[in-house]
Amino acid sequence: MARLDADRLVLAREIIARYPRPKSALIPLLHLAQEQDGFVTEEAMAHIADLVGVSAAEVLGTCTFYEMFKLEPVGTYLVNVCTNISCMLVGGDELLHHAESSLGVKVGDTTPDGLFTLEGAECLAACTEAPCLQVNYRYEYRVSNEGFDSLVDDLRDGRRPDVPSHGKLGGVRQHIPDDRRAGPVSPDDVRPPVWHAAPEEGSA
Amino acid sequence: MATDIPRIVTSRFGVEGSHTLAVFEQTGGYAALRKALATTPAAIGDEVKKASVLGRGGAGFPTGVKWTFCPPDVWPRYLVVNGDESEPGTYKDRMLMELDPHQLIEGVLLACYAVGCGQAFLYVRGEMAIAQERIAVALNEAYAAGYVGKNILGTDFSVDVVLHWGAGAYIVGEETALIESLEGNRGMPRLKPPYFPAAKGLYLQPTIVNNVETLANLPWIVTNGADAYTALGAEASRGTRMFAVSGHVEKPGVFEVEFGTTTFRDLIEGHAGGVRGGRALKAFIPGGASAPWFFEEHLDIPLEKATVDKAGSMLGSGAVVVMDETTDVVKACLSVVRFFAHESCGKCTPCREGTTWLERILSRIVGGYGRPSDLALLMDVCDNISPGIAWPPKQTTICPLGPSAVSPISSAVTRFRDEFDAYIDRAVRQRQSVQPVEFRKVVAHG
Repeated sequence: MARLDADRLVLAREIIARYPRPKSALIPLLHLAQEQDGFVTEEAMAHIADLVGVSAAEVLGTCTFYEMFKLEPVGTYLVNVCTNISCMLVGGDELLHHAESSLGVKVGDTTPDGLFTLEGAECLAACTEAPCLQVNYRYEYRVSNEGFDSLVDDLRDGRRPDVPSHGKLGGVRQHIPDDRRAGPVSPDDVRPPVWHAAPEEGSA
Repeated sequence: MATDIPRIVTSRFGVEGSHTLAVFEQTGGYAALRKALATTPAAIGDEVKKASVLGRGGAGFPTGVKWTFCPPDVWPRYLVVNGDESEPGTYKDRMLMELDPHQLIEGVLLACYAVGCGQAFLYVRGEMAIAQERIAVALNEAYAAGYVGKNILGTDFSVDVVLHWGAGAYIVGEETALIESLEGNRGMPRLKPPYFPAAKGLYLQPTIVNNVETLANLPWIVTNGADAYTALGAEASRGTRMFAVSGHVEKPGVFEVEFGTTTFRDLIEGHAGGVRGGRALKAFIPGGASAPWFFEEHLDIPLEKATVDKAGSMLGSGAVVVMDETTDVVKACLSVVRFFAHESCGKCTPCREGTTWLERILSRIVGGYGRPSDLALLMDVCDNISPGIAWPPKQTTICPLGPSAVSPISSAVTRFRDEFDAYIDRAVRQRQSVQPVEFRKVVAHG
């Protein structure tokens, strides 16, 4: 199953309706596709192209620019070890080397059991908690070699329910209720907003 | 080092449930919005201009002035929130999004009201799953409570705030690249002019792009007034500002300090507990990886935009990275340059090719294959990306990413040339000690 499933299709249409132009929904929809299949499939990209009214090539063009989108399956857990300056100063590179030997794979590769894919990451905005890493974009702070090994054990043995499988987004999504919706503002709607045109009642 | 400074943007940090609507309302939340709605958009715009809030994303442009760049009578206008925090060393916007999302939403609403933006997009970095979830929850709460959406708090003011998120690309922090990304395209910066998206931005309409921390300041300014805000700080740098101090310090952390008056010494030796293990300071990055490095003689410079600019660097995104005497600066330099090479979007040749060359040359120096000509080559490539290797940098590119890769190299090579030479000398000696391999003659197929 690689086109968006029925539930996600409803969600996709809701997301598209928030934007003045459908193509703006492209990246959020690619995330939905990746959440469903663990990576972005060609069928999903074709489906998204139909939904937002662009060619499949344009969807691929956008998709390949962004690092989080994977065009091939990755492990259940994508481990991103930061090696940027703040982490590098306190052992980020050493942590990544340890991760390679501990998991028995090189950076970019997946363990034979399909559980872990290891990547080096650029700054993850946790610089005061260095060295840091993310597993499926959930943070681990001040990670030691031993800490890394026990994290891997915990993930392997299912003791980390807070870390979802690769591609899964947050548990809560934005939902704009119909009765509260102000509505997208089309670039073709050239009138000033009513509340901006005239001073509010009772203004100072 | 003043300690009685009000916490303007981090006041709820440490409060249990700081991210919930209940706690936000109990601690004065959305009072600024009510106050604003009782006055005119122009009055709010004037107040923010008077407070002279410098943008906290990196460039440090006055927010209130930026807002006035929207051409009159061109509608609709949009607001785009830049939550794509990814400058190496920077850690503050994620904190504000995770710990106090309603404060940000209130700031977004105040900006929309003042500028007349019909719709707002809150662009959060793709890798920040928790921040995205916290903002989604906060927006859902705010919609249900009548703070966001149609007829906000029973007034005419209506605006949708849409949570949007990226998928991993540093360059998207550049405001025109952010807009391209929000339009569903590859995140490549747009050719200038126009220099400000306020003229032509999202869907080529007037668009204000503001940083998360910048907007988080607005509720306090509206509640307490611009005068209270400008009473803090010095020169052009008013209010407070968040700084992340990381690297070789005893207590790495994010500190909200008085802007303009606090010095680097206060920050590093006071707040962050000094260089680790009592070691000597070798260098520090004052404002994110793009900034030229500072050294011991710069410690008493205040965190003031104009002063730091004049001293030859920038406060950038409030990221202070400390390197002690044990630091291998050649490796540190490579780490920063590798980042820029990796994140170059590929649109402009000097950046795409230049940063890759820089990385390659530095890699071979660190890897023990350096050549005597390498330092001259390194500087030559730098000069091709940013002619004259001056500060502020000259650009041969559409955006400042390429020239940013030049900063650490010019800093490190100027100050620590002997360390680069030592790597290269070692490599040369090693090569001389190796007996040349005798190659057998290869007979080509003919």
